[in-house]
Amino acid sequence: MGMNAFQLLNGLTFAALLFIVASGFTLIFGLLRIVNLAHGALYLFGGYVGYTVAVKTGSFTLGAIAAMIAVALIGLALNQGLLRFVRGNDLRQVLLTLGVAFVLNDMALVIWGGDSFTVPIPDALKGGLTFFGIFYPKYRLFVLLVGVLVLIALYLLLFRTRLGALIRAGVDDAEMVEASGINIRRVFLATFVLGSALAGLGGMMGGAFLSLYPSADSEILVFSLAVVIIGGRGSLLGVAIGSLLVGLLNTVGQVMFPELAYFVIFGPMALLLAFRPLGLFGKAT
Amino acid sequence: MDRRKFLQTSGLTIAAAGFGISPWAARAADAPIKVGVLAPLTGVVASGGKEMVEGVQFFFEKQGNKVAGRPIELVIEDDGSNPDTSIQKARKLVEQGKVDFLIGNLLANTGLAVANYVKGTGTPYFIPIIAADDLTQRDRIKNVIRVAGYSASQFAHPLGDWALKKGYKKIVTVGQDYTFGHEQCGGLAQVFTEGGGQIVQQFWHPLNTADFSPYLGQIANMQVDAVFAMETGADATRFITQYASFGLKGKIPLLGAMNATDQSVIRTLGEECEGIVSAAHFAEGSDNPATAAFVKEYTAKYSKTPSLYGFSMYSGVMWVSKAIETLKGKLDDRSAFIDTVLKTELDNSPLGKTVKLDEYGNPIYDVYIREVKKAPNGKFWNVPVETYPAVSQFWKYDPATYMKQPPYSRNFQGIKKT
Repeated sequence: MGMNAFQLLNGLTFAALLFIVASGFTLIFGLLRIVNLAHGALYLFGGYVGYTVAVKTGSFTLGAIAAMIAVALIGLALNQGLLRFVRGNDLRQVLLTLGVAFVLNDMALVIWGGDSFTVPIPDALKGGLTFFGIFYPKYRLFVLLVGVLVLIALYLLLFRTRLGALIRAGVDDAEMVEASGINIRRVFLATFVLGSALAGLGGMMGGAFLSLYPSADSEILVFSLAVVIIGGRGSLLGVAIGSLLVGLLNTVGQVMFPELAYFVIFGPMALLLAFRPLGLFGKAT
Repeated sequence: MDRRKFLQTSGLTIAAAGFGISPWAARAADAPIKVGVLAPLTGVVASGGKEMVEGVQFFFEKQGNKVAGRPIELVIEDDGSNPDTSIQKARKLVEQGKVDFLIGNLLANTGLAVANYVKGTGTPYFIPIIAADDLTQRDRIKNVIRVAGYSASQFAHPLGDWALKKGYKKIVTVGQDYTFGHEQCGGLAQVFTEGGGQIVQQFWHPLNTADFSPYLGQIANMQVDAVFAMETGADATRFITQYASFGLKGKIPLLGAMNATDQSVIRTLGEECEGIVSAAHFAEGSDNPATAAFVKEYTAKYSKTPSLYGFSMYSGVMWVSKAIETLKGKLDDRSAFIDTVLKTELDNSPLGKTVKLDEYGNPIYDVYIREVKKAPNGKFWNVPVETYPAVSQFWKYDPATYMKQPPYSRNFQGIKKT
């Protein structure tokens, strides 16, 4: 019993991190129709910036804020400076984001070197809690909490604000929104910046327990892709369910079939794609 | 370049041109020795690759870039952490660059690829980092020599013995699921179980496992005396951090493969790495004067404590250079070159002890059992606590008998059946 609860928590905390990262990914994918392959690089870059600020100032919160701002700015530059010129051409957009991912990764390698870094955890979150006979690290519970808070915040944004309504409308039919006199480009921009900032936050949260190192970007990107494919693009509920599934499957896979750890995630994903190509909550356009 | 120096050098050039008719032999002796360095400067292990190059450059700079009177010309190529790229680059160095020898590579698969290539060309290839057991055992290639390197299971054997002496009865191993992991875990498992210990379970996980919590959760309930972790790079960082954050540090002793507590891993870590025990030929926290002097110089130059990568490449080129000195700079006869390297004993390396190769081209070392402790600068480093003298890759086994057993793999861990 204690054992199962423990593994359940492991799955949930990993799912929470995936949710933070993948929610930004799915928003951009759903609305702008861009598979932003630079999302993982944004995650890693945010983690590095957050790490540096957190070490210099000794404040985890400042680090997280810096990570979000820095990555939001990169997102802004990426959207306004590059993607704007290839809008409407899916293949070029994807290739462009892939190129940006390479550039960002190499820049990170030059600036921070290739050693792995772990974001320092604030003292209040060090150590663990014992409950029901299991010892569990506080920081992971904190990640779970942040994941839930991000879910609530995104829900409120999407379903209680005008911007949210525009984003949802844009996911369904961007041209229609534009035709009704809305400047869809601004909505695109806001979404892109928000999605990027979430990647930065994810980098900071993940950097403290998964650590930061070259190629961390592609690993988290693959997980995010799985989440979005399972959940369906542009759907908040989809990304929440997708994260839970991938997080839990990852844990179960590692415990029960260690040699098939990756298959346990991507096998079901392939199956799902065969029968529901748009994911669990995706809508055809 | 100031004017005087310019005149000097241009004067020399003209003089040299004037003597252009001097015999071939004299010119060959002054021609540069071309050293082909292969290192992963991009890809997952790029930081290690960078330190490999630093180690090589550091040594030759101290020699005034000359060995046996001949200038050294380094040709550095990025192997991209990828076997295909490694072969391409090796081919380029050998066929177009006409290098005198190759040295380097970090990942086992890149090393094996290049080894396979030089098997055909006969180019001397030195591998201070590539640890795959069989390159100096069952599938030995004569022109592939592990100068200043080690075979994967070489240090795991004494660590298994030390664990027995420490009174551990039950150990669980956690290892990366590839040859390097299988070989190190196997080395420990064989010696430990033959001495009466028990390997309770072995976890194999893919490279780059983000989250170790599922394993740590099971380990916590296993009632074992120690955990052996065979991790490299970011996996090692994560394993050590997560081991501490799940409260296992201090409860169950953690033993590591040497690469798990190498400087490349622990230099960014805090006290969560303190107390981990590993076995290796090199310990940067040793009080041996030669080691301490090397660590001090290296740290001053590159502002970081040397890792296995910097140290091994430094000692590796030192080894080869000593052989070149013995040959007075004549490298045309390759088999003489290889034989000389095999016979060379390295006595002035940062290890501070004489090291020689066994007849299979793998060094015999005094192996330290090391513990991670706080260094004077507040960071952490490995400090020797015990020494096993003259450990070869075959431990206490007879080489011929040992090589009759299969190589360590997932299915063969040398575990003695009870």
